[in-house]
Amino acid sequence: MYEKDGEKYFVVDAHMHYWDASRENWREGREQYSKGWIDCFYGYHQLAPPETHWDYEHYLKVSEDDLIKDVFEDGYVDVGIFQSTYLKYWYTEGFNTLERNGALARKHPGKLIANGGWDPRDGDAGLRQLENDAKEYGLKGAKLYTAEWHENGSRGWKLTDPEAYRFFEKCQELGIKNLHVHKGPTIWPLNKDAFSAEDVDQAATDHPDLNFIIEHAGIPRIEDFCFMAVQEPNVYAGCSVVIGGLMHARPKFFAKVLGELLFWVGEDRMTFGSDYNIWTPKWQVEGFVDYQMPDDEQFADYPKLTTDTKRKILGLNAAKLYDIEVPAECQIPTRAAEERAPGEELVRDEAGAGVAGS
Amino acid sequence: MSDTVAGVWAALGTVLDPEIDEPITDLDFVESCTVTEGVATVRLRLPTFFCAPNFSFLMVADAYDAVTAVPGITHAEVSLIDHHASAEINGGVAAQAGFVSTFAGEAVEELDELRAQFLTKAVLAGQDRVARPLVDGGALPEELAAMTLGDCPPSGDLERLRQRRAALGLPAGDDAPLLMHADGSRVSTEQVPLHLRRARLQRIGIETNGEYCKSLLQSRYAKAGAGAP
Repeated sequence: MYEKDGEKYFVVDAHMHYWDASRENWREGREQYSKGWIDCFYGYHQLAPPETHWDYEHYLKVSEDDLIKDVFEDGYVDVGIFQSTYLKYWYTEGFNTLERNGALARKHPGKLIANGGWDPRDGDAGLRQLENDAKEYGLKGAKLYTAEWHENGSRGWKLTDPEAYRFFEKCQELGIKNLHVHKGPTIWPLNKDAFSAEDVDQAATDHPDLNFIIEHAGIPRIEDFCFMAVQEPNVYAGCSVVIGGLMHARPKFFAKVLGELLFWVGEDRMTFGSDYNIWTPKWQVEGFVDYQMPDDEQFADYPKLTTDTKRKILGLNAAKLYDIEVPAECQIPTRAAEERAPGEELVRDEAGAGVAGS
Repeated sequence: MSDTVAGVWAALGTVLDPEIDEPITDLDFVESCTVTEGVATVRLRLPTFFCAPNFSFLMVADAYDAVTAVPGITHAEVSLIDHHASAEINGGVAAQAGFVSTFAGEAVEELDELRAQFLTKAVLAGQDRVARPLVDGGALPEELAAMTLGDCPPSGDLERLRQRRAALGLPAGDDAPLLMHADGSRVSTEQVPLHLRRARLQRIGIETNGEYCKSLLQSRYAKAGAGAP
């Protein structure tokens, strides 16, 4: 819980990791990918305020005690949700697996939730694994990383691949209702735009009872994401990377991206994620609670943020998606997880300020 | 600097990052560029090891084509460094193999459609760049809907918009409408507000992407930096 100026904020970190990128875990013969991956993340780490930077060795792998301190003791987080990513093509034991995350979550019940993950290219074996994982960990959500390199030679998949639909059906059956979609740089076939949101659009339309939380709000295709999200009531903007990558390093662009998300998607369908251990949550929570849309004319038709806007984004929306109990003193109504007509926010113009030029 | 080297830099300045819609020279993607007895050697670098292989291939292939066409250049060696697909891309471009052969089994078409898709985005963003000052100056939706490119004050942004449209075969002359849907049809007065909203979002999307790339490139190559002369 975070408290500032007499206001209380219940914080759900809906996108975090507990990764192992240590050298011992770099897969033999593929070390260039293991290193390339974590170096890329370390580049993102530099976008945070300098006083929060870690040295490279620490960044490769933190201890359980580090995580608990960074996230819960210093970082104000009430409940954290692990998004499991495997990357076994270049990390021997996997990068941030359900086994690793789930073991930690078990030790801290009520504080940590571990989401699973699935890959349609794993076929029947993958479906069985998902069933077992759901039973063992009580899954309410799954992370879908579409740019995973597979041993079958393919370097990505789409949500509209026919095999993926079998997994969506299995998720419905098992009550895994929150799917966190994260696009990456590769896909099959490689000539297509791997970051396109077209497949999310179709999958969300076809599965109205599943929630699709698009991590990083679709960055680097935020426009595709917004044009799609405005029509799909079960699509959410995961604000990981939006806050961590822009709020400190590129404040002008942070204002613009946040303003656009509030307009197209609306404050009831945005969730906070610190992206730990890319960044720590402390400075992000403090900075976001202090944040206000600048007065400059170029931001004039973006909405100002209210205390309730911040409460919803920082925790209440995700709490509703995951049925997390919120202390009465922090609760306010949010319409996250409620069915609404496509594009309703835009039509009724309640998502933000008036349309430019009108 | 010799005329030939200057010519090679100028040629590299015509190569765009398709996603960011900016020249690779402005983005500091040219790590080094030398010419020895008619042979140009160019090394390109990108913000991350995992930048998407399709766009990366396009930049290397476009750089190869642009440099090869410079008068006085008999041969070009263009390579991408520090990238997960460096070997495939460099080999494929040197062999003029095309994308499908370079990534055999992983790609089913060349990259023309991908390129067109991103030029279409650039054209939408470009309408915001040209129209935004007019909106800020009080232009009304009906006025904006009626405006042609010839009505707009000359600017670098206007020229850029014309070039991107021309590359797609869309109307780019003085009588072409300023605001246009992706299929080339006019935007009606009623559609102007939402069209401008979309154009602005598209521009923010591309520019934010560019900011990330610049930040990441800067931290990746903090101590290096060839830069254009």
